[in-house]
Amino acid sequence: MNCHEVHNLIDGYIDDELDLVSNLDIEQHLQTCPACERLYHNRQALRTLVHTSPLSYKAPAHLRKHVRSSLLKASQPRPPLRKTAFVLLGVAAVLLIGLITTWSILKNVSAPSVDESLTQAVLASHIRSLMVNHLVDVRSTDQHTVKPWFDGKLDYSPVVVDLTQQGYPLVGGRLDYLDNRPVAALVYQHETHVINLFTWPAASTSADSQVTTVTRQGYHIMTWTQAGMVYWAVSDIEEDKLQTFVQLLRQQIS
Amino acid sequence: MRNHNKIRCFEQSVLPHLNAAYNLARWLTRNDLDAEDVVQESYLRAFKFFEGFRGTDSRPWLLAIVRNTYYTMMQQHRVSELETPFDEELHSPELDNCDPEAMLLQSISTRMLHDAMEELPLEYREVFVLRELEGLSYKEIATIAAIPLGTVMSRLARARKRLQSSLSQHMSKES
Repeated sequence: MNCHEVHNLIDGYIDDELDLVSNLDIEQHLQTCPACERLYHNRQALRTLVHTSPLSYKAPAHLRKHVRSSLLKASQPRPPLRKTAFVLLGVAAVLLIGLITTWSILKNVSAPSVDESLTQAVLASHIRSLMVNHLVDVRSTDQHTVKPWFDGKLDYSPVVVDLTQQGYPLVGGRLDYLDNRPVAALVYQHETHVINLFTWPAASTSADSQVTTVTRQGYHIMTWTQAGMVYWAVSDIEEDKLQTFVQLLRQQIS
Repeated sequence: MRNHNKIRCFEQSVLPHLNAAYNLARWLTRNDLDAEDVVQESYLRAFKFFEGFRGTDSRPWLLAIVRNTYYTMMQQHRVSELETPFDEELHSPELDNCDPEAMLLQSISTRMLHDAMEELPLEYREVFVLRELEGLSYKEIATIAAIPLGTVMSRLARARKRLQSSLSQHMSKES
């Protein structure tokens, strides 16, 4: 190996990136050529200098925090497209339910558009609350008394709305059991009729939904999902009056 | 749930290389704020492409992303660093015949060495930092910088030559 070749390969030699044969060739050359040996020592000296000097930058502490928080944000992929698609799907589903309901009314059969077993359970709860002397656990017309009463009894806080002015005074609240979980039952009155409003948190993926109405055994049952909560309203009042109640409620909740 | 696992896995295997990522970004950008921007953006990209990562050592993979992010951001901001001329002929004659021991003995300050490194053209600087500060192999550097192995070696050689001559110049000015 001549000096020119050694000059070309000296960095690979220093970095230990050459094959064995080249390494040996260079070693041999260095022993006999003082000029190349000087070159080698120079490179080594520079290398030592670089490796012993504090030249590496350390990431500032706040950067780690920023990176982590932006990662957390990025890991919740809610692209608007998917959201829109989801809402559209919801709208399509509601339209479909509406269509089926209309169709089944025309055919004069009841529509299984809502969970039938849950509907029956809600209705049974309503009837039971009227039969036995257990309409309310906390009797108060004051929403600020009823709402805190549920603290510690449920793992969520129900929305309690005051509709006295509109002719639907609050009677009180009760703990009930539906959909395999303890739920809040809010009792409202309209004239002499009782309205049971059951509410519990919706499954995390549920989008808001429109009101679905079913009629069973002379009772009207309306259900919807709003602001992450499921609502079921049951009463024997006329359908349009229950509808008004639900509309008022929905306005107040949102 | 899948996302939760992904972020945990990512934090365990990629986040520990934050210092390496920042070090490379800092040497490329040569200022703190730009380096932080590059690192932030790099981590977002790395997270996005993490599912495609199949290797065992995520550090070279992350550093490749840092480098690409830097180049992309530089093009977007029309920074003219890429056009820095390679005045190969301009640099002073090889000073390999000066005494290497003297170089060390005269105690080159870290600042002096640091400045000399910052003055290296980008193409030499990145290869030099990846080799000497991050300790990567020629093969890893070749992959990161998308250049042949031989080019890694020749760029390192040029970077070292330049450093040596500029350090010698500094020292002769001071003495």
